[in-house]
Amino acid sequence: MTGPDVPEPLHEVTVSVNGVRHTATVPARRLLSDFLRHDLALTGTHVGCEHGVCGACTILVDGAPMRSCLMFAVQARAHELTTVEGLGTIDAMGPVQQAFSECHGLQCGFCTPGFITTITAYLEENPDPTAEEARDAISGNLCRCTGYQNIVKSVLRAAEIRASADLGAPPLIDADARAGEAPP
Amino acid sequence: MTTRQFGQPIKRKEDPRLVTGGGRFLDDLGHTAYAAAFVRSPHAHARILDIDVTGALDVPGLIGIWTHEDLPGKVGEPLPLLIPHPSLTAPVTGYCLAPDEVNHVGEAVVMVVAVDRYAAEDACGLVRVDYDVLPPVVGLENARAATDLVHDSAPGNVAAHLVQEVGDVDIAMAAAPNRLTLDLQIERSMCSPMEGKGVYAVWDADDEHLRLWSSTQTTTGVRAAVAAKLDLPLAKVDCIAPDVGGGFGVKIVHPWPEEVLVPWTARLLGHDVKWTEDRREHFVSSAHERGQLQQVEVGFDDDGHVLALDVRLWHDNGAYTPYGIIVPIITSTQLLGPYKPGSYRCEFWSLYTNTVLVTPYRGAGRPQGVYAMERTMDAIAAELGLDRAEVRSRNFILPEEMPYDHGLLFQDGRPLKYDSGDFPASLAKLKALVGWDEFAAYKEQAASEGRRVGLGIGCYVEGTGVGPYEGGHIVIETSGRVNVATGLTTQGQGHQTVFAQIVADELGVPIENVFVTTGDTRRMGYAVGTFASRAAVMSGNAIALAARQVKAKALRIAAEALEVSPEDLEIVGGMVRVKGAPGTSMALGTVAVMSNPLRYAFDEAARAATQFAGGNDPDKPPVAAGEEPGLEGKDFYSPTQATFANGMHAAIVETDPVTAEIRILRYCVVHDCGPMINPMIVEGQVHGGVAQGVGGALYERMVYDESGQLLNASFMDFLMPYASEVPFIETDHLETPSPLNPLGIKGAGEAGCIPVSAVIASAIEDAEGFPIRSMPISPTELWELRQRHTEPVAAQGEPS
Repeated sequence: MTGPDVPEPLHEVTVSVNGVRHTATVPARRLLSDFLRHDLALTGTHVGCEHGVCGACTILVDGAPMRSCLMFAVQARAHELTTVEGLGTIDAMGPVQQAFSECHGLQCGFCTPGFITTITAYLEENPDPTAEEARDAISGNLCRCTGYQNIVKSVLRAAEIRASADLGAPPLIDADARAGEAPP
Repeated sequence: MTTRQFGQPIKRKEDPRLVTGGGRFLDDLGHTAYAAAFVRSPHAHARILDIDVTGALDVPGLIGIWTHEDLPGKVGEPLPLLIPHPSLTAPVTGYCLAPDEVNHVGEAVVMVVAVDRYAAEDACGLVRVDYDVLPPVVGLENARAATDLVHDSAPGNVAAHLVQEVGDVDIAMAAAPNRLTLDLQIERSMCSPMEGKGVYAVWDADDEHLRLWSSTQTTTGVRAAVAAKLDLPLAKVDCIAPDVGGGFGVKIVHPWPEEVLVPWTARLLGHDVKWTEDRREHFVSSAHERGQLQQVEVGFDDDGHVLALDVRLWHDNGAYTPYGIIVPIITSTQLLGPYKPGSYRCEFWSLYTNTVLVTPYRGAGRPQGVYAMERTMDAIAAELGLDRAEVRSRNFILPEEMPYDHGLLFQDGRPLKYDSGDFPASLAKLKALVGWDEFAAYKEQAASEGRRVGLGIGCYVEGTGVGPYEGGHIVIETSGRVNVATGLTTQGQGHQTVFAQIVADELGVPIENVFVTTGDTRRMGYAVGTFASRAAVMSGNAIALAARQVKAKALRIAAEALEVSPEDLEIVGGMVRVKGAPGTSMALGTVAVMSNPLRYAFDEAARAATQFAGGNDPDKPPVAAGEEPGLEGKDFYSPTQATFANGMHAAIVETDPVTAEIRILRYCVVHDCGPMINPMIVEGQVHGGVAQGVGGALYERMVYDESGQLLNASFMDFLMPYASEVPFIETDHLETPSPLNPLGIKGAGEAGCIPVSAVIASAIEDAEGFPIRSMPISPTELWELRQRHTEPVAAQGEPS
């Protein structure tokens, strides 16, 4: 236990985010969401409640959706993380991103990254959901703008896009090839 | 011919950035900024006896700690009363940091700045504040009883008392063949945008200039308020709204304490400072809305025509009134909806309580007013044994009666005068959409299967696009790029797309060339803000007017160059061309070059405008008299009054006979906001509004205990609807144009949520067969109501 005037011990954390290896030195209590956003400047992941309810901070940990506000950065060591930035770019959007854009699946866009990561993982396991299943799949994330109608549509449209493009997964970036690009 | 963009469901220009993680929300800025955190009052009502910061001083990373007594000059004075009103006789506003008394849990008492938020919160935890706890006033009944006072300066806890009357209600009531009284209640909820508030300030000491980013609905408002508080010339303050993660009203209030203190400390410290509101802070230190007690007395004839309507409202305004009494004014005027009672009186009291302050939340007083009116309509129908839609229809203002002046003063201080609308047509569409006439058979069929279903209806009129004004500024670059700026802000409404659609049509340019900036005082210093469903109406029209100016100028310049009359020219696809002879043309970018006579060529295009490039008339000045350089235009739109949109909703609910669980089987919306610029976006606004309405009807409430603690201040306990709680929403539209503005449009932002509590109450009432007089309603409450209504003694009393 450290007192108020004793600096916290720091820990070196190396994680792989979107196929890129990053190393940073952080206190044990640094939330993974803060680590991604403020230490790595990957601000696509948003923080809506900091208590694991809203889902805005959802990222993929080894492909599975997780709330990054409920993990510490040190817990992410040796895991492969994927954030919304890793699912496509403006010029080459991933299927879920493209579907959201086509279906007006977002308004303010703050909760959107958490939906996109969640749906991406969902479609990996359920590539052809019904509307009912699509609604169920997004029922762990809060959105205050859309009333979810067009997010349900986006899930179905993303499934179509994936099927027509026969995309099993978003393009993977070679981790080693880009390892050197990590900020200090 | 270029396709007209207005009216098309065009994909949003902002989305590719937002879906790929490229959004720039407040907390995405300023990674090296110091972080602010606040010690907030744990008590609803208390005197501050002592603040001891000693324990916090050794926290590693601490930069500074401030209490009220450290705040100099205007920073330490009360926050402004934004909207004064003659009836607001006891206005009280808070301070940036509470001086000697706190009036709600969550009120800021001490500010801490540290190298990061973790350290700042560590320090907050070590600040000791001693309080002398005072009796709190919680809930409208206690506020009304006034056994204890929130503020000594507000006797009876009354902030404001206002009566508006049209006709002689007492005489009409006495003469009415039928009379009913309804006691109604509607609870608090809150906007709850997914992104809370936030402020980031950069002080440039060399330039003595403040640049401020705020997650706000009004950057011009914040800029002016902060400049005034910090004694800075307006020219030395810029305010920018980055991407804003939802507003819904709460972010129109300004300046929040943090909007003053963050820039103040940034200047003091000579270092960037940022504050990002966390979720609990948002619950206890931003704003709530809705809570009202209502008493309606209505007199009507045997056909259901309302002859006299006498309404009394008690409105909970929370601890302070920085936003005046806009909410109860809107309730008391928009309560009338599409109806024309023979006489109307509304009296309200706006009361202080020791709770979070109450300021507009999407709908802004209308959901409460519509709830009161629509419960009344259902009660009249029940009393007379008439069809509920028929009773409404008999009281409608008819299209031929437009414009219809209610004889009341609206929230903008101007007459409540409806400009257009076709309520019978809206009702006909709604009845067709939901299958109104077939419902009785469906209900009977369901009953035979042991199921309880009910059909509900609610109608509303919404004053949108209130003044005073908004502006549009357009400049066309030599590349042909069209830069558009308007001062109001964006929180997800798709302004970059819809305003670009307007400009593309007006100027005849490809929409891809149009780039819209909102909420940046560097680009447009004159603006009001985004609220009251006003952005499309106000800025849309201002931008259209500005585009017309730019177009006229482009045609003047091109006409001279092409040696034709401007009337013979048109702009299509970004080319100015002679009508009927499209071969004779020049690009708008070229016109932009010619509009700006140059001495220096900065690129190839600019060479054509330099002084030796030829084509000068030596007898004329390079910039003609009355002209300005640049292909640029600016205009403002300032209407004499609001334009009134309307809508009607219907829902079918099923209530579980055993558990009293309430399920919405169908939800139908007919909406009329005039011609839609982008139907896809309007539809999205309606969806989102309905979802918030469903939350307010069935799930959301602010649960205060008797000591003024907000018991459900987290997303675990405040039940915002997930996708599993929001039904599939069926929509239909009318497009009745407004005669008031150049584009003929009306606002759409708030519409969806306005009648939902009324509709759901109506449907549950229909399913259960007893009146619903309090919303929101949970299964437990419905179950308890059932018990009361099956017990003979209770059934005789007036249900509440």
